[in-house]
Amino acid sequence: MAINIDSKIPEGPVAEKWSNYKAHQRLVNPKNKLKLDVIVVGTGLAGASAAASLGEMGFNVLNFCIQDSPRRAHSIAAQGGINAAKNYQNDGDSVYRLFYDTVKGGDYRAREANVYRLAEVSNNIIDQCVAQGVPFAREYGGTLANRSFGGAQVSRTFYAKGQTGQQLLLGAYSALSAQVQAGKVKLYTRYEMEDVVIVDGKARGIIAKNLVTGKLERFTANAVVIATGGYGNTYFLSTNAMGCNCTAAVQCYRKGAYMANPSYVQIHPTCIPVHGDKQSKLTLMSESLRNDGRIWVPKKIEDAKALQAGTKEGWEIPEEDRDYYLERRYPAFGNLVPRDVASRAAKERCDKGFGVNNTGLAVFLDFSESINRLGLDAMKQRYGNLFDMYEEITDVYPGDLANEINGVKYYKPMMIYPAIHYTMGGVWVDYELQTSIPGLFAIGECNFSDHGANRLGASALMQGLADGYFVLPYTIQNYLADQSLWPRVSTDLPEFAEAEKAVDAELTRLLNIKGKRSVDSIHKELGHIMWEYVGMGRTAEGLKTGIQKMKELQKEFDTNLFVPGSKEGLNVELDKAIHLRDFFTMGELVAHDALSRNESCGGHFREEYQTEEGEAKRDDANYFYVGCWEYKGADKDPELIKEPLEYEAIKVQTRNYKN
Amino acid sequence: MAKNLNVTIKFWKQNGPKDKGHFETHDLKNIPDDTSFLEALDIMNEELIAAGKEPFVFDHDCREGICGMCSLYINGTPHGKTERGATTCQLYMRRFKNGETITVEPWRSAGFPVIKDCMVDRSAFDKIIQAGGYTTVRTGAPQDANAILIPKQDADEAMDCASCIGCGACVAACKNGSAMLFVSSKVSQLALLPQGRPEAAKRAKAMVAKMDELGFGNCTNTRACEAVCPKCETIANIARLNREFIKAKMAD
Amino acid sequence: MWLFNSSIGRKLIMSVTGIALVLFITFHGCMNVVALISKDAYNTICALLGSNWYAIAATLGLAALVVIHIIYAFILTIQNRKARGNNKYAVTEKPDKVEWASQNMLVLGIIICLGLLLHLFNFWYNMMFAEIIGAEGLKYGPADGFNWIKETFSNPVFSCLYIIWLVAIWFHLTHGMWSAMQTLGLSGHIWFQRWKCIGQVWSTIIMALFLIVVLAFWFFPDAVGQCDFKLLPFAVN
Repeated sequence: MAINIDSKIPEGPVAEKWSNYKAHQRLVNPKNKLKLDVIVVGTGLAGASAAASLGEMGFNVLNFCIQDSPRRAHSIAAQGGINAAKNYQNDGDSVYRLFYDTVKGGDYRAREANVYRLAEVSNNIIDQCVAQGVPFAREYGGTLANRSFGGAQVSRTFYAKGQTGQQLLLGAYSALSAQVQAGKVKLYTRYEMEDVVIVDGKARGIIAKNLVTGKLERFTANAVVIATGGYGNTYFLSTNAMGCNCTAAVQCYRKGAYMANPSYVQIHPTCIPVHGDKQSKLTLMSESLRNDGRIWVPKKIEDAKALQAGTKEGWEIPEEDRDYYLERRYPAFGNLVPRDVASRAAKERCDKGFGVNNTGLAVFLDFSESINRLGLDAMKQRYGNLFDMYEEITDVYPGDLANEINGVKYYKPMMIYPAIHYTMGGVWVDYELQTSIPGLFAIGECNFSDHGANRLGASALMQGLADGYFVLPYTIQNYLADQSLWPRVSTDLPEFAEAEKAVDAELTRLLNIKGKRSVDSIHKELGHIMWEYVGMGRTAEGLKTGIQKMKELQKEFDTNLFVPGSKEGLNVELDKAIHLRDFFTMGELVAHDALSRNESCGGHFREEYQTEEGEAKRDDANYFYVGCWEYKGADKDPELIKEPLEYEAIKVQTRNYKN
Repeated sequence: MAKNLNVTIKFWKQNGPKDKGHFETHDLKNIPDDTSFLEALDIMNEELIAAGKEPFVFDHDCREGICGMCSLYINGTPHGKTERGATTCQLYMRRFKNGETITVEPWRSAGFPVIKDCMVDRSAFDKIIQAGGYTTVRTGAPQDANAILIPKQDADEAMDCASCIGCGACVAACKNGSAMLFVSSKVSQLALLPQGRPEAAKRAKAMVAKMDELGFGNCTNTRACEAVCPKCETIANIARLNREFIKAKMAD
Repeated sequence: MWLFNSSIGRKLIMSVTGIALVLFITFHGCMNVVALISKDAYNTICALLGSNWYAIAATLGLAALVVIHIIYAFILTIQNRKARGNNKYAVTEKPDKVEWASQNMLVLGIIICLGLLLHLFNFWYNMMFAEIIGAEGLKYGPADGFNWIKETFSNPVFSCLYIIWLVAIWFHLTHGMWSAMQTLGLSGHIWFQRWKCIGQVWSTIIMALFLIVVLAFWFFPDAVGQCDFKLLPFAVN
């Protein structure tokens, strides 16, 4: 059965689409806005900015978050910066160039129209944030400063120390707080969305769990917006926060929203390696370190063996015995290749046995050359806080002089390894950011729309704020202008009652399994399966094995889970159990999508599809589409629906970082 | 190479704000010293769950020191003792001695009622920000970002003030339960920037009034707050808040 | 009124009254030095500060400052105790940079108050008060401050109590002086260090002046105040 997917891309050349859309869309008049309620789930960059903007326009907003305050959403942890096509540096930047770089960085798997709009509003974001008092870095003359980031030839990244995500989120949070004060946004903290309620085919409310009392509550609205982030925690170990989960998105998927491109998962190359089986999360070391650090493993396998056995240290290996493999393989970009390329190269070396720590899963990031050239003080000025953070975690200070061989000074290197960081895939949305369920919108990392198969550094913040401040507040009106939506629906409707009953039944089911295993122990095992079979290098066989193993583990989950406590009151384990249930669904979906996509592109690497040099090999003839997945039931495999991609402005090419 | 430690965790159990609460202890064996303190608590919880007990509840989220969720009072110091400020999640087991008893308590302050065990309710901080911790600006309306020139030193200073993560360690450490460091950090950030000036007087008055209304104590300049702040906010912010507030009231 | 119903306003009251009291004891400390040099000159000052209307008015003002400072100390403490809550930490550790004095201002203040009562009993009661009520039969005249000092510090118990008192005031001032400037908002990254330094030097000098007087009158009662030096060319009273 062929289902037609309507992505609602407006008419006209790509540069005029957004203007055309805004010129012709339907709007809601100010008086009528006061009668309309919108639920926004999530308070990260996308959620908080959307809630604030909608509230300011006059809508009544109900805003939910699982943390104790909106300010804790994981957007806060973004370090590097935010891109915008301001061209303040006079280096030839433009909206088109940002658009082009983003599409190319995404390995030509993003929707052109969406990306162009993103590049177009990027400048407004910077204006908006500065007006809010976000303390971006400045030049002595008082103008804004920029830094360079991977995948671009211009300096277009605005930053606030290494805490750009924090500052942007606090900006959005303060705008949100102003609307709470004005009475336009009602805030529900420590609430988790458990289900979306659909009335007459339209999203008309949610069932949310008050995490403190344990009670399920019903909320009604004219539209529902989810801004609940990505599904990186499916892998258990990731740079995501402990609370990040995909329950809201998966529940929407179960109710009929398509999930798009789930196999596009970004693996960040510079994280602190896993140190033992007790680890709970992975810590990112900013990508900026690759500007001055050189990544290497030993040339000789016996050196690697000695490092793994702990009988040798990295600084005892002289220059000539080091393999700076990124510089060797990609002479043009060297240590600054995009994230997916750097990650795969590290894995390749470690798979060959050249890993440098006791687990064999780490490579060195060495600052000796830069310290010898520029001095330790210069390094400290650039990376002081990162060096300190690294020392706090590992007890090794990267600036410590450790050895001198033939007059060359060697400093203690960092150890790094790739880790799951961001998910480009997510809930399918059309140009209006509306999912396949009318009235249900998805924004931020939660949707799939703008990054294609790989996201460039400093683009996640841009997308979250673009969606929340400048896109959704417009496009949602095109939907809300529909007169038939206006009467508020009662939460007493049978649809609400049924949804609540189903959620309640699930909670009861999980509590009543009364098996032996804790949520975390099963989650860890799921993570291992995901990393092993659905991780950086995927094969058809491995993916099939992975799916099989996940199904077996899910059986274990359904029969041998132990959740202490009861439904009443705060029950952290019960909440985690719900999350895990949905990580299973998501994990399998990632594997299915990866299995169906017989090519390598961006964050999705199938070992069968690579060039002789080990580079990703795309297949534009057969896979130039968005893979949308429709839920078919708990026991059935999901069904793939394809949204063909159409490029008119950009010529599709092979990415090249070698020369 | 990691060494292994045996420690005893003495942790606070409290079932809701009205409950009296009590300590319980749990022995942890062979914890590698490169384990983070929160991971050690994860291990403890796994062991408690395996024994059929309810886990010890505490707030945590990003585990990289920026979200401000983690809030444990460890051996008499908010977030535990490290050389330069760090949050609970950045505390590693190598900071402890083999055989040590580690006492874990919640933030104790009337402004932060306990929800369960060591999880406290910090929504008062949100209310203070809602009272005025923002600039009133309509989405989509502002001028070009570079139209406002801000001297680098002011921008840098504002950035330092804005680094506050709202964890509440300042209140937890303060013998007066004062929230001045938190409030002053936000007031300072916006007072230093031209964008924040038009509402500076209103903001200082509204935020202090809300802080007082919510029952936080009076600052007596003990500096305990800045000593434990994981983001190294300083009492220079408090002086600036005092200045802004007094100036605003004098002008009334 | 914001001075009374806002936390910063209440602190401002503490700050301003505190600064005024510091200025007073600075004057008092300087005045005492005169006693070391010349008995007559010192007694001239005592006479000037006798039961004259301006001296009485100033004394009342001073008393008001002290009373306000004390009342607000208690109000603030009660509020702060309440804000702290009823649950106490089982384990607490004082961070290194927290001064001991800063956390014990009330205790120090109470010690200072007790010392003040003793001081009033030893001097003010015998001097200004005696003059006002026209008391007779006292050992020395109301303007004979010099001999009242001698009398008081000839008693080692009083001398020791005064020394304890001075130490308490010193602690109180080392924190109180920069704290007052901080509350007024006249501090910052750099000025905090300056005020702290100024406060410590200032309070040390003043307390040293007081201490010298106590020790000198205690151990060398016959050697002090022997210079023939007149403060005014005419006699008062």
